[in-house]
Amino acid sequence: MNLALLLEMAAGAAGDRDGLVCDGKRWTYAELWDAARAACELIRDSGAAFVALLDESSEASVIAMFGAALAGVPYCPLNYRLADADLAALLDRIAPALVIGDAERVARLSPGHTVYPRAEFTLAVQEACVPEDQLHDDGGGIAVQLFTSGTTAAPKAAILQHSNLVSYILGTVEFACADEAEAALVSVPPYHIAGIAAVVSSIYAQRRIVMLPAFSPDSWLRLVDAEKVTNAFVVPTMLGRIVHALDKGVHADVSSLKAIAYGGGKMPLELIRQALELFPETGFTNAYGLTETSSTVALLGPEEHRAAQRSDDPRVQARLASVGIPLPTIELEIRGEEGEVLGPNQPGEIYVRGEQVSGQYRERSALDADGWFPTRDAGYLDEEGYLFLSGRADDVIVRGGENISPGEIEDVVLTHPAIADAAAVAVPSLEWGEGVGLALVLRGGMDHPPEDEIKDLIRSRLRSSRVPDTIRFFPALPYNEMGKLLRREVKGMLAG
Amino acid sequence: MKPGSRIKSNACDSEVVVIRFGGGELTCGGAPMSEAGGGGAALDPAQSTGTVMGKRYVDAAGTVELLCVKPGKGTLALDGAPLVLKEAKPLPASD
Repeated sequence: MNLALLLEMAAGAAGDRDGLVCDGKRWTYAELWDAARAACELIRDSGAAFVALLDESSEASVIAMFGAALAGVPYCPLNYRLADADLAALLDRIAPALVIGDAERVARLSPGHTVYPRAEFTLAVQEACVPEDQLHDDGGGIAVQLFTSGTTAAPKAAILQHSNLVSYILGTVEFACADEAEAALVSVPPYHIAGIAAVVSSIYAQRRIVMLPAFSPDSWLRLVDAEKVTNAFVVPTMLGRIVHALDKGVHADVSSLKAIAYGGGKMPLELIRQALELFPETGFTNAYGLTETSSTVALLGPEEHRAAQRSDDPRVQARLASVGIPLPTIELEIRGEEGEVLGPNQPGEIYVRGEQVSGQYRERSALDADGWFPTRDAGYLDEEGYLFLSGRADDVIVRGGENISPGEIEDVVLTHPAIADAAAVAVPSLEWGEGVGLALVLRGGMDHPPEDEIKDLIRSRLRSSRVPDTIRFFPALPYNEMGKLLRREVKGMLAG
Repeated sequence: MKPGSRIKSNACDSEVVVIRFGGGELTCGGAPMSEAGGGGAALDPAQSTGTVMGKRYVDAAGTVELLCVKPGKGTLALDGAPLVLKEAKPLPASD
């Protein structure tokens, strides 16, 4: 089934309702549907093998995605923050493409594509003549191709079939469930799976999309106030900056916010506790998912957040640090190193299976013979089925045959009042193969604690094998723009 | 019938998209469905519970799944047995 059918349904059921607001301009579902059909013509005429976006989110990113789906051409939004050399390599991998966005950069880095600056594209799809009997692709192939962020290796081209994305939406969103007052603020970049999922989910729910092309806490708060936004998805870094802005007294009426969902990185416990107090009437949902799984595979819902906040039971409190329960449409297992399925509270690698799970890259499939996708995320399920993450499987430090997850060390070190940020990574060790390296950031205005104080803290809470071999302080740790810690770079910093 | 193909009722306004199809005869309102639709067949009063936009319909064995993309008055059925609504557990919006 073609992904664009979801937009066609919204246009068929409520064509004159506002579907999208961007930079003050409003688009109804019927206008978006007509524009997507026009984009389909443009894409077919260009003979492009891909439709790429090299731009921030806007009406053009939405129209391009659905237009590409109708034409049966994969939609491939690119990270415009990439350095020239990295971006050139990706553009070469998708040639010939119809690219929407930064025409100057495309011409300079990778000639031979058909390029439309955003305004020209938006104008062209409003002016194009579309045959009444336009034929559409049957949706049997690839809808979206996303280059993974490459925090551990070179970018891989993850592909999502129409069937993966449609299964995800049909399994998690009730058609037209939003009432007319509801609005979803979309501030994640268009090249991130959360940005794709937010657009498609909101359209199928008929929840008006309020697009924020470039995130800043002030503009986010202003838009919530002005558009009476009811729903929003943020990554933890964004939530941290929003909380900070409110703390500093930025004035905005946020009483319309009924629901905030978050994901895409580790949420600091301190921050979610603060947010729960700052937004007492808002329902928080933690969503765990990957590009390769068409977004969310597990979630911790609003009631569970509030129950954990109120509870005296340490096991219920601890769930604030979990990513919740796997979706009913997904199978999820924790497996050990020999591939054996592990029981409750036993840490291992997270495997998922289901119709929304692609697990395919351009170059190869990562699925096993039975269709299970190894996420490379490490974690465990507690006795009630709540999923806890402990980092990437590739980040596990193997010290003398003992597996150490960086998160357990980082969580302990971060309880030290003088430590603002911490990253534990593997460092070469003659004695153990790998040892624990610890990169730390001092909290402003605090004195350097002696190394032994840090080591004693870890020894007192964890086993002695967790005590770091190397400890160094840095002004800051390296993160990508989505707030993901770049552990490869931390390793380099500790080696240098 | 391939997944993704759209078929129409000949007895009412219903249109569905095929998500899964393992074989058998699909009817709506008592009349066979087709890609063209609009056949002007009479609606069987015994098969007129109606279809709802955006709902999915399945058979008991799970061989057929249809998504209603245009509502109508007829009942969807496979080999004479009415399809049932596929109930989804309501989930909080996660994106």
